Amino acid sequence: MRHKNKFVLLASLLAVAGGVGSNVALADQSTDAIAKYREMIADGNPSELFAAQGEDLWKTKRGPKNASLEKCDLGLGAGVVKGASAKLPRFFKDTGKVQDLEIRLMTCMETLQGIDPKTVVNEQFLKGEREKMAALVAYIVTESNGDKINIDMKPAEMKKMYELGKMAFFYRSGPMDFACSTCHGDTDKRIRLQDLPDLRSHKGAAAGWGSWPAYRVSNGQFWTMQHRLNDCYRQQRTAEPIYGSDVTIALSVYLAATAKGGTVLTPGLKR
Amino acid sequence: MGNPMKIRAASKDGVTEVKVLISHEMETGQRKDSAGAVVPAWWIKELTAKHNDKIVLTSEIGSSVSKNPYLAFKFKGGAKGDKIVVTWVDNKGDTRTDEAAIA
Repeated sequence: MRHKNKFVLLASLLAVAGGVGSNVALADQSTDAIAKYREMIADGNPSELFAAQGEDLWKTKRGPKNASLEKCDLGLGAGVVKGASAKLPRFFKDTGKVQDLEIRLMTCMETLQGIDPKTVVNEQFLKGEREKMAALVAYIVTESNGDKINIDMKPAEMKKMYELGKMAFFYRSGPMDFACSTCHGDTDKRIRLQDLPDLRSHKGAAAGWGSWPAYRVSNGQFWTMQHRLNDCYRQQRTAEPIYGSDVTIALSVYLAATAKGGTVLTPGLKR
Repeated sequence: MGNPMKIRAASKDGVTEVKVLISHEMETGQRKDSAGAVVPAWWIKELTAKHNDKIVLTSEIGSSVSKNPYLAFKFKGGAKGDKIVVTWVDNKGDTRTDEAAIA
């Protein structure tokens, strides 16, 4: 072990001395270390704590109608949670819309519990109803862990959303003229020491879409997909989308369709 | 009274491995909130694990440990069905105890 440490130190010194070219080697080592760390902590993913709260919430009677969410139809029939999130977003006939997990949950909260969706949409992330939403999401995505990403692209509405999502992915905006593709449209890119998946490719999209929602170790927060996408826009220094708006669903459809057949690793564990 | 812990314990060849996931803020007391006020320190200071009634681990931990910490340890002995009891006490005097059976 001691020898290995020496080697790492030596390699880092070389990398610094060698300048830009050798940084790649350093990055590889560091990302290896991150992968090792993930492996170590894999059976202690704190998402479990959020999932446990979410499971309670799913069964708790709440709202003006004093009902639980146990009759919520996530696409596989009323109350079926197992495997549901691997097949989301999907087109729902009852609402006539393409919905992702969070928007579908808002529909259920409105119809079953009588909770106004505005209480979620107008809230901040990690607070109030959104905090409850994150716990529910943690519970539901855990129940699809290991499944294959398999969204139904047959409905015309899904195809439309896919095209819109693709357009949004490459659409540059804001003072930095950034698009999603600026960082996620090339192979072997990284920001600081984080690998950036190429979300245009099946492999990259499966790695990205498949591992969110996730627990972030650095801030101890559980982030839903809506939260993740919102923060991507914030990082682009451009307008942040309204919670659950069409562009967020469209991007999710684009990512999930590109990732189709990949493995669901949710809830993920991130730096 | 904090949120529940997740405890898993498995016995193999006379050695029991215990894995505990703890739900706690673990505030260092060094951070400031958006208004500039110091966020008060709030961390677990003592953690004890028992196998049936026998203490197998005592630890003093503090502000350097992450939020929602994960703890894994092994001890000799322990059979299937035995009870593992984990208790923590934090610097505010709050305490939480959870238990699990060895699988």
